[in-house]
Amino acid sequence: MDDLNLAMRDRYRNNFLQEVEANVEEGEWAKMCMQCGVCSGSCPFGPHWDHPPQEIFMMIRANKREEVLSSTSMWLCTSCYNCIVRCPREIPITHIMHGLASYAQRLGLAPKEQPTRKFGLMFWDNIEKNGRVNESILGIKLYFMNGFKEGVKTAYKMAPVGWNMLRTKRFNPFALIPFLHKRCKKRSDIQAILRKAQQIENARTVRFGTAGG
Amino acid sequence: MTDVVATNQTILVVGGGISGMTAALEAAECGKDVVLVEKNAALGGRVSQLYRYFPKLCHPTCGLEINLRRLKAQRRVHLLTSAEVIGVTGTSGDYTATVRIRPRYVNDKCTACGECAKVVQAQFPDEFNYGLSQRKGAYLPFNMAYPQRYVLDPAIIGTEDAERAKAACRYDAIDLDMQEETMAVKAGAIVWATGWSPYDAAKIQPYGYDRYPNVITSVEFERMMDPFGPTGGKLLRPSDGKEAKDVAFIQCAGSRDRNHLAHCSRICCMASLKQSTYVGEQFADQGRATIYYIDIRAIDRFEDFYTKVKESSTVDFVKSKVASITEDKATGDPILHGVDTEGYHRYSNRHDLVVLAIGMEPSVPKDVLPVDVLVNRNGFIEMDETNGGIFAAGCASDALDVNRSVQNATASALRAIQIINRTAAAVPDSAGVEAKHALAAEG
Ligand SMILES: Cc1cc2nc3c(=O)[nH]c(=O)nc-3n(C[C@H](O)[C@H](O)[C@H](O)COP(=O)(O)OP(=O)(O)OC[C@H]3O[C@@H](n4cnc5c(N)ncnc54)[C@H](O)[C@@H]3O)c2cc1C
Ligand code: SF4
Ligand code: SF4
Repeated sequence: MDDLNLAMRDRYRNNFLQEVEANVEEGEWAKMCMQCGVCSGSCPFGPHWDHPPQEIFMMIRANKREEVLSSTSMWLCTSCYNCIVRCPREIPITHIMHGLASYAQRLGLAPKEQPTRKFGLMFWDNIEKNGRVNESILGIKLYFMNGFKEGVKTAYKMAPVGWNMLRTKRFNPFALIPFLHKRCKKRSDIQAILRKAQQIENARTVRFGTAGG
Repeated sequence: MTDVVATNQTILVVGGGISGMTAALEAAECGKDVVLVEKNAALGGRVSQLYRYFPKLCHPTCGLEINLRRLKAQRRVHLLTSAEVIGVTGTSGDYTATVRIRPRYVNDKCTACGECAKVVQAQFPDEFNYGLSQRKGAYLPFNMAYPQRYVLDPAIIGTEDAERAKAACRYDAIDLDMQEETMAVKAGAIVWATGWSPYDAAKIQPYGYDRYPNVITSVEFERMMDPFGPTGGKLLRPSDGKEAKDVAFIQCAGSRDRNHLAHCSRICCMASLKQSTYVGEQFADQGRATIYYIDIRAIDRFEDFYTKVKESSTVDFVKSKVASITEDKATGDPILHGVDTEGYHRYSNRHDLVVLAIGMEPSVPKDVLPVDVLVNRNGFIEMDETNGGIFAAGCASDALDVNRSVQNATASALRAIQIINRTAAAVPDSAGVEAKHALAAEG
């Protein structure tokens, strides 16, 4: 993926905005931002962002490529849609945040230790393997995401919740046993679809990267 | 019954605000016959509800006075109040407008002595003060109202209040049998000057205009400054009557926003700058105004006014579109939340009172105008050849201040005069006289 990063950087050397417009979902909207600040003020996670959405849009236009793509900010978006609802320019901010995050991931620039990113990868892995989400396994993996010790602590803390879920049949312990949990019937077909989709997406980016050099 | 003599040589002016009055007077002073139709019971429009004018900070009553004098001296303007144009047919040089006149139940014998209002008990929200106070069921629309005649609220007709009012009038001016009339008015050209109305602030959900009493609009703020207004000229906040010494202004409230009005209302930056001086006028150094803005649009020569306000030590500027307002339950203080875009600082600021610099929504009724009149996506009438002999004036054409409205109205009057002159040239004199017919009221 590093090669793709270099190719993209060279292709759009002095114009990160153009790169975002071409390769990021809904990226063509970035130039429409009028810097009013309503999105940043409306984000429930706002206080925790390094750069609120409005600042990200300004950074894109100011060519701050590395800072934007390696930022943890857009990974914090919870898709609450507050910003989209209030933006006076009707900019699809939420979608652009996710678009930027996944573009950074594809280029290998996303911050490695960002928990949303880690969880996203786990989720993807889970779905790819089973053809559907196995929530029991995903949940347990999430507990142990930051090491064994912390995992045991979290599991212990969550035990009463787990017990209640078990009682109300919201949690099936057998789903944790490799050969017993349900997978979808033709897993291989789903995996083929996902591979193809990935291929199309990569080809699209690479094409932008090579065209015109 | 109302008689109006109108021909295809007449200019019909719809709307009696500053723009309509100007167009009517300019045309009449050039020797044209004019019918001026105003929906309200009195002339003046929105400017009669303002306390001071930017940029000179003089009182609008003065300009209104001058125009009323011109009007009183002018026999070529036929004025219809409480009258609304509900349909227009025909083409340039030959229009027929349908005008509906609401009964005011008071005839022209009224001397405005006010005896009727003294005996009437029923009260209603006062439209002139945007509902901030109550008025009687028999009332003068406002002190400077022209015509200086009382009006009875239709809701008291058939009640004892109406009988009491009639009995109290010593001039036999109250006529409870007045009926709604509909009449046709001929015209060669039409000046459309129906102005604007404040955008419905309750639709801007995060600002809680409908939930928090201490969030008001800029038009209401103007009314508070009027010595004869709802608060007797004091800046008091609605929840507890406390003096509003610390006032926040939120710009672009409903303007420049695709969820509301897409256009810039153009006057509200200047209106808030002006209103920040009201706070200074009342509380001197004790007063504080904070203007939250995206960018300040003090167009061309108004920049000087902006510079002057910026120098004031009691006015602060925060470059930020406020994200939301909450209320401190205990004190009723509104708290503004957002991010200051100069440095990206997050704030939660408490103020006494919030004034929403509300956007201007054009009052152009599309269904009344002939279909080929070009109304743009913001609801204003666009200059276009397909409009024929119909010309917009003032805020029916764009979001304009008074100065620009008046210029624009004069231009429209001139265009209308040209149509009339062309029509007159095409019609031989005798035929012109024959075509003259009095249109008596129907119904
Ligand atoms: C808070 C605020 C403060 C302002 N302060 C200033 C200032 O200090 N200086 C300045 O220059 N400008 C100021 N303005 C702008 C000013 O109000 C407008 O420029 C002015 O009102 C335009 O006049 P108009 O005649 O075009 O419209 P209006 O004043 O709206 O008049 C239109 C008239 O038409 C009538 N009407 C409407 N529909 C019909 C119909 N269908 N049939 C018949 N009659 C109809 C209405 O009743 C009204 O009387 C301010 C605006 C706001 C919101
Ligand atoms: S709300 Fe929209 S216009 Fe305003 S800063 Fe955010 S993205 Fe830009
Ligand atoms: S004049 Fe100012 S407050 Fe009014 S819409 Fe334009 S920018 Fe916003």
